[in-house]
Amino acid sequence: MTHGARFPAPQDDPRTPHLEARGLACDVGGRPGRGGRRVLDGVDLTVRHGEMIGIIGPNGTGKSTLLRVLAGVRPAAAGEVLVDGTPLRERSGRSRAREIAMVGQEEQPQADLLVGEVVALGRTPHRPPWAGGDAAERDAVLTALAAVDMDEAVDRSVEQLSGGERRRVLLARGLAQEAPLLVLDEPTNHLDVRHQLSLMRMIRRLERTVVVAIHDLNLAMAVCDRVVVLHDGGVHAAGEPESVLTPETVREVFGVEAVPVTHPRTGHTHLLFTTHEAGEPS
Amino acid sequence: MSAVADPPARVPPDRRPPARRAAVRRLRTPAVLTVLAVLLVVSAVVSIGFGAEPLAPRIVLDVLEHRLFGGAADPTYDAIVWDIRVPRTILAVVVGAGLAIAGAGIQTLVRNPLADPYLLGVSSGASVGATAVITLGLFAGAGLWALSLGALAGALGAALLVFGIALAQGGLTPLRLVLTGTVLSSAFSAFASFLVFRSADPQAAQSVLFWLLGSLSGAAWDQLLLPLLAVLIVGGVLFAGCGWLDALAAGPDTAASLGVPVRLVRNVLFVLLAALVGALVAVAGGIGFVGLVLPHIARLLVGARHRAVLPVAALAGALFLVWVDVAARVMVRPTEVPLSVVTGLIGAPVFLLLLGRRTYRFGGASS
Repeated sequence: MTHGARFPAPQDDPRTPHLEARGLACDVGGRPGRGGRRVLDGVDLTVRHGEMIGIIGPNGTGKSTLLRVLAGVRPAAAGEVLVDGTPLRERSGRSRAREIAMVGQEEQPQADLLVGEVVALGRTPHRPPWAGGDAAERDAVLTALAAVDMDEAVDRSVEQLSGGERRRVLLARGLAQEAPLLVLDEPTNHLDVRHQLSLMRMIRRLERTVVVAIHDLNLAMAVCDRVVVLHDGGVHAAGEPESVLTPETVREVFGVEAVPVTHPRTGHTHLLFTTHEAGEPS
Repeated sequence: MSAVADPPARVPPDRRPPARRAAVRRLRTPAVLTVLAVLLVVSAVVSIGFGAEPLAPRIVLDVLEHRLFGGAADPTYDAIVWDIRVPRTILAVVVGAGLAIAGAGIQTLVRNPLADPYLLGVSSGASVGATAVITLGLFAGAGLWALSLGALAGALGAALLVFGIALAQGGLTPLRLVLTGTVLSSAFSAFASFLVFRSADPQAAQSVLFWLLGSLSGAAWDQLLLPLLAVLIVGGVLFAGCGWLDALAAGPDTAASLGVPVRLVRNVLFVLLAALVGALVAVAGGIGFVGLVLPHIARLLVGARHRAVLPVAALAGALFLVWVDVAARVMVRPTEVPLSVVTGLIGAPVFLLLLGRRTYRFGGASS
């Protein structure tokens, strides 16, 4: 998989960062001391326009929590999220939802809706709560579905879709929000390898700024411009995938031995894993 | 060689032809609404003929014609039709529509297909108020209005308590609301039972039971305004917010990411539903089944979007309750059967038949 050419290349873009986190702290389950726990503290993060950033880290490091805070779905415990240089919390929910679309990890499209109805939810920030169901909405829904190759399914029931199709429908709902920033939490979760690759390729083609949590380190290496590794309540490392995902970092963060190898056909770097114990010389 | 046959050639999911069920699953909302509206008007007029004293449709129409377009009908029939049965039928329409709307709203608020309008503790609170009126003679100065007044006070007090406790414990999340409502409902019911138990009046238990199971027998013209206003206002606001309700049904995080002010919507929804159910319980007592089941029937007919569910459920609920009340009047003539008895006896098997005909989904759950 090759990176699509982007103009201007994200790193040369003189504009203010598209998304920025400054000294961000995130709690789960409420404030610490009141039943909650601080999972992340002092997170600084910069996402440029048109960039695809992978958020990486072991289970429980707060990837999903960070994404929710970045998308403005949950408030930050401390620090600030800036979109195009202005604080996210100063925006109304509606204006935020036109700027950032988020698709969660365990989300499932409601089985009692049609595909088009699920995607039409993405139009919510663009219309008053009593409106909807008109021709313009249908056009937007079909455009979003076409971007994930699902426009034929617009009038089908969600219950007839496979797992991969459901993930694509949720992505289409995010696209229908027409937000320049996409926050995706494990979009390839539960998908087989073919659907993982095709979904990531689809996301890559969208020409939006994308922040995506990914479990699969090789997938992250293949598709992300930069990765941010979360560990021990903060950012452990950040930068281009191949310089960040070194054997040392992988050992410290995930506790496994990683051996980088070069793919004989594509020339890309891949990581082979062995567990710590197995990797130790006997 | 292995005896296992080759697996059947797998059709890629994207190429699978759409199942035929997709096409027949949904009826067109305007068509359904039209049919329901016509049925409702016809049923309302026909239902007036039923009762302890059966009246021919000709007599009913005669009275209605004279009342609406001037002139005088037979005073006996006029009294039965205009003073007793017409307000009763209108009340059935209003209460049926209101319960169905409240049911659809509460099922979205707590995201639970088993939720009914009485989940918020409103009805058991109302039963405490009504029981207090029956056994202790509370609000005796209000005369005929005492029961409604007591029920309304109990309903609003209970709603306030559920609301306050859920809010103090962190907000109106679905699970918290279900638990708080259920627990407080049991407490209120226990308190109502205690009031009945300690009462010296042997008639009290009977009156309380009759009230708890719901009845429209007390319908009068001057009682219609409160429930009618409640249904129109709450129904109107809910319909105006149907886009946000759709988002809320998809889950709180999804709704928030779509820009919906989740906390505000939940709080407003709770207050509106509590007021609506309180007004309905005050005039009709507790009528089971309607608010639980009619929203599901509406979803079966036209899908789960609130824009379609709310009006269809309202009309279907009105139609259903008109006939339930007819059954309550004629089943054991000349005595009346409480409405919950009829809704349970007739409604449950009907609903099971409807459900059994196809796969039914609610949110992520299916049957």
